[in-house]
Amino acid sequence: MNLFLQQLINGLNVGSIYALIAIGYTMVYGIIKLINFAHGEIMMFGAYFAFIAATSFHLPVWAVLLSSMVIMAIIGVTIEFIAYRPLRNAPRLSALITAIGVSLFLQNLALLIFKPDPKVMPKIFPETIYKLGEIEISSTTLITIGLSIFFMVLLDLYIRKTKQGRAMRAVSEDKDAAILMGINVNRTISLTFAVGSALGALGGVLYSVAYIQVYPTMGVMPGLKAFIAAVLGGIGIIPGAMLGGFIIGMVETMTKAYLSTTWADAIVFGILIVVLLFKPTGILGKNTREKV
Amino acid sequence: MDHNKKKSYLINAIAIVALYLVFFVLIQTKTMNNYFVGIAIMTCIMIIMAMSLNIVAGFLGEMALGHAGFMAIGAYSSASFSIALVDSGLPLPHLVILILAMIVGGIVAGIFGFLIGTPTLRLRGDYLGIVTIGFSEIIRIFFINFGPTGGAAGLKGITRLVNFNNVYWITILVAVLIFTLGRSKQGRAIISIREDEIASEAAGIPTTRYKVLAFSLAAFFAGIGGALYAHYQSFLEPSKFGFMFSIEMFVIVVLGGLGSLTGSIISAIVLTILPEMLRGFSEYRLLVYSLVLIIMMIFRPQGIFGRSEFSLTAFIESLIQRKNVKNSIGGGEAS
Repeated sequence: MNLFLQQLINGLNVGSIYALIAIGYTMVYGIIKLINFAHGEIMMFGAYFAFIAATSFHLPVWAVLLSSMVIMAIIGVTIEFIAYRPLRNAPRLSALITAIGVSLFLQNLALLIFKPDPKVMPKIFPETIYKLGEIEISSTTLITIGLSIFFMVLLDLYIRKTKQGRAMRAVSEDKDAAILMGINVNRTISLTFAVGSALGALGGVLYSVAYIQVYPTMGVMPGLKAFIAAVLGGIGIIPGAMLGGFIIGMVETMTKAYLSTTWADAIVFGILIVVLLFKPTGILGKNTREKV
Repeated sequence: MDHNKKKSYLINAIAIVALYLVFFVLIQTKTMNNYFVGIAIMTCIMIIMAMSLNIVAGFLGEMALGHAGFMAIGAYSSASFSIALVDSGLPLPHLVILILAMIVGGIVAGIFGFLIGTPTLRLRGDYLGIVTIGFSEIIRIFFINFGPTGGAAGLKGITRLVNFNNVYWITILVAVLIFTLGRSKQGRAIISIREDEIASEAAGIPTTRYKVLAFSLAAFFAGIGGALYAHYQSFLEPSKFGFMFSIEMFVIVVLGGLGSLTGSIISAIVLTILPEMLRGFSEYRLLVYSLVLIIMMIFRPQGIFGRSEFSLTAFIESLIQRKNVKNSIGGGEAS
C-alpha cells in the first residue's frame, strides 16, 4: 500500500510534466491543425536555457523559470513566423514535414552548441524531504506538481476569461468566421505558439530537474509521450491534454513499478491503441458526424 | 495507342538496362569503390521502402508513420529464416536463399500489416498516424526484449546475400509491381478512397477492404525491403528501426510528392546520397539536411513532382520536338 502511494505520487509528478508539454501540442493543433513535432525540442532548449541561467548566471529560481519561458516563447513565435506561416495554406502533410525539419534542425543545433554529452542539471529548488509515515515526498516533487497545476489553472482562466483567450477559441473553432468577426488571426496564432512554447519550456525545466540531466536528444521521448497524451485526451482539447498527460504519467510509473521497466513504453503505446480503437477521437473528443 | 505503349515500354526497358550496364562497368572497372557500391545498395533499399510507403501515404492518402516497424518484422523474420536455412546445410544457391528469405519476410510483414490494419484503419488522419507510431514502437520494444533474435544486442551471423546486381533487379521488379498496382482496378479503387471516401463508398467500392489491402501490400513490400536490408548489413539491431527511421521514410515520400512513384524514387536517391555527400562537414551534416527539408517544403509544398509521374517517353519526345523546332528555324535561316 505504501509502495502504491509512493508510486501514485511519482506518477503525478511525471504526469504533470507530460501534461504541461501536451498542452503545447494540443493548443497548436487546435488552432492550425499541425502536429508541432518541434515541441519536444522547444522543451529541450527550455531546459538548456534554465541550465545556463542557473549555472552561469546564478539567477534565483523564479528568474530561471521565467527567463527560460520567455526566451522559448519568443523562439516559438519565431519558428511559427519563419517555418509554419508560409505553409498556412499548403497541404497539411507538407507543414508536418516542415515541423519535422524544424525538430531535426533544433536538435542538431543543440548538438553543435551544447555538445552531445549530458550535463548535470543543478537542483534549482530548495531540497527537503517530507516523510508521511513511510512515504517520502521531496520538495522538488511537490513544487513540480504545484507549479504545473498552478499554470494549468492560469491557462484555463486565460483561455476562458480573457479577450485573447476567446480569440484563440474562436480561431480554432472556425478561422474564416473569426476573420469576419475582426479577430487578428495571425496575432492569435503567434500568441498560441508563445503560450504553448512557454509551457513546454517549463515542462522541460521540470523534466530535467526530475531526471537531473540535460542533453540534446532529451526532447524526443517525452515529446512523443506528451503528444500521445494529447491524442489520448482528444487532440485540440486543452483539458484532454491535461487528463492524457496524467494518465500517461501514471500508467508509465505503475508499469515500471509493478510490471516491467523494459516493457513500460510498449504498454503505454498499447493502452493508447486500445483507447483509440474504442474511442477514435480520444477520451474527451467529440465524434463529428461525416456529411456528404 | 497500343503502339505508343509498346514504344514507351521499350524506351523504359532500354533505359533500365543502360543504367544497369553503366553501374556494371563502373563496378567492374573499380571506378566505384565498395563505399559507393554500399551507398547504391542502400539507395535501392530506400527506393523500395519509399515506394511501398507511397502505397499507403500517397495512393490511400493516410498518414502512416510506422513503416520502420514492418521493415523490422521483414528483416528479422527473413534473417531468422535464412540463418536456419543456411544452418540446415541444404546446397542452395545464394540467390534462391535470398528470394525465399525475401518472400518469407514480405509475407510475415504483410500478415502483420493485415492484422494491424484491420482494426486501426477505422481511425482517421492524425489518430491513425499516432497509432501506427505506437505499433512500430511496440514492435521495436518487442525485438529489444526478444531473446531468440538477439534482443538489444542485435542479431548477428546473417549471411550477406545482397550485392548490387540482385538488389538492382529486385528494385526494378518491385517498382514494376507497384506501378502496375497503381494502374490496376485495385489501385484505382484505392486512389478513389483518397479523393473522396464517401463518394467512392457510394459508388460501390468496399472501402474498408481496399484500405486493408493497401496497408497489407505496403507492409509486404516493406518486409521485402527489410529482408534486403538484413541480408546486406548481415547484422540487425532494434534501435535502427526507431521512430526517426519511419519519419525519414515519410519525409522521402512527401518530398518526392505524395502519390508520385517516380517522385519517391528520385527523392529516395537524393535523400540517401545527400547526407553521404555532406559527410565531409560531418558536424553540420544534419543541420544542412534539415534546412534543405524546411526550405524545400516552404518553396515546393507539394513535393518535387506533386502527384504527377515523370515519364521518360514524354521527356524524350519533348526533347525531339524541341530539336525539330530548332532545326526548322535553322533551316529557314539557311535558305
